[in-house]
Amino acid sequence: MASLKELRARIGSVKSTRKITSAMKMVAAAKLRRAEARAAAARPYADAMRRMLAEVGRSVAGQGGQPALLTGTGQDRVHLLIPMSSDRGLAGAFNSNINRTTRNLVLKLQAEGKTVKILPVGRKTYEFLSRDFSDLIIDHRHLAAGKEIPFSAATELGEQITALLEKGEFDVCTLVYNRFRNVMTQTPTEMQLVPLALPENDNADAGDVAAYEFEPDEGTLLTSLLPRNLQVQIYATMLETAAGENGARMTAMDNATRNAGKAIDGLTLKYNRTRQTNITNELIEIISGAQAV
Amino acid sequence: MSIKVKIVSPEKVMFSHDADMVVMPGTEGDIAAMPDHAPLMLTLRGGVVDVYEGAAVTNRFFVAGGFADMAPTHCTILADRALRVEDLSVDDAEARLEGLEKSYEAADKMNVPALDILMGKIQSARAEIEAAQSAVPISSI
Repeated sequence: MASLKELRARIGSVKSTRKITSAMKMVAAAKLRRAEARAAAARPYADAMRRMLAEVGRSVAGQGGQPALLTGTGQDRVHLLIPMSSDRGLAGAFNSNINRTTRNLVLKLQAEGKTVKILPVGRKTYEFLSRDFSDLIIDHRHLAAGKEIPFSAATELGEQITALLEKGEFDVCTLVYNRFRNVMTQTPTEMQLVPLALPENDNADAGDVAAYEFEPDEGTLLTSLLPRNLQVQIYATMLETAAGENGARMTAMDNATRNAGKAIDGLTLKYNRTRQTNITNELIEIISGAQAV
Repeated sequence: MSIKVKIVSPEKVMFSHDADMVVMPGTEGDIAAMPDHAPLMLTLRGGVVDVYEGAAVTNRFFVAGGFADMAPTHCTILADRALRVEDLSVDDAEARLEGLEKSYEAADKMNVPALDILMGKIQSARAEIEAAQSAVPISSI
């Protein structure tokens, strides 16, 4: 049986672990609130962008010579995967979900005979994937250098993807990220970035049939809208990842805090029992000593 | 009669208010959105967006390029980057311009689309410097 001293030390160490996890939970909750606010603030731009793209897309539908971002290269041979994870761990299954989904996707594509290239975003998925697929990784990025994710992070990644597409480095580009359902649930989701599925116009049946005019013209507008749209989509997933990371961490740390509480209760019970046993033993010794005299 | 004006940057909604007229810098020349304007979508160059209520400018924003969606009742400006003119800094813009000019020198002169994009950014930085230098309190316009 463990000595009283050992038990005291263990209770103390679990207590300080509980303090840390509950502090992390609090921090994650505060960060989650900020991340959600930022994600909400970025939505109007994405919505307006989608509306414009649907409108322009409708008017160029059926015309030839459309940008590669929209139509792809016409092939389906080389796949570029962009898994997006957080930079830090201790967020439950948040990052391992992304890692597992990406891994399965890579194996599936390779089984189909496709060439796979990976561009991981976020330190955690990069570290994981470089173990098994280090020869497939063409580049990697961190999710956020600082506290907040600036739009320029999405711009850089978007420009890199566009440049790779122009060089013919890939045919299809898929982003793997955690979709933020609510604080408790984030679902690993695959989103195809290139070729892009044009969004449907929401107001199409609302009687809003006024034909738009375009300046300079549809083609030029589309060519400048598409790269922007790519960046906006990437930015949205980055913000969602940031929110999801903190949501997952909050949930994980809440569980950890609760488990630590349970462990402390168990240990305290054991400590008291041991203490009682020791006292009883000492009493028996004293009494039997007194009787022997 | 007024139109709903929204100026949106990727990060947030900069401005959302009713106004009588908005003058914005289109790539093919300045253009004003007014009530009952025919639906129009256009690309913007770097420059200043003036929001009018009555005959007076009530708000001025610098946008570094973007898109605009005009309709009879609303006008949405999707700016690549948007700032109130009062918040502009000449030094920042000049630093940015210098960087851009360097990358223009270094750029591949055969890659015309990339050069066009770079030229657009340089134009936008020049417009930003100009706007920052001319920034005056709205009351004195």
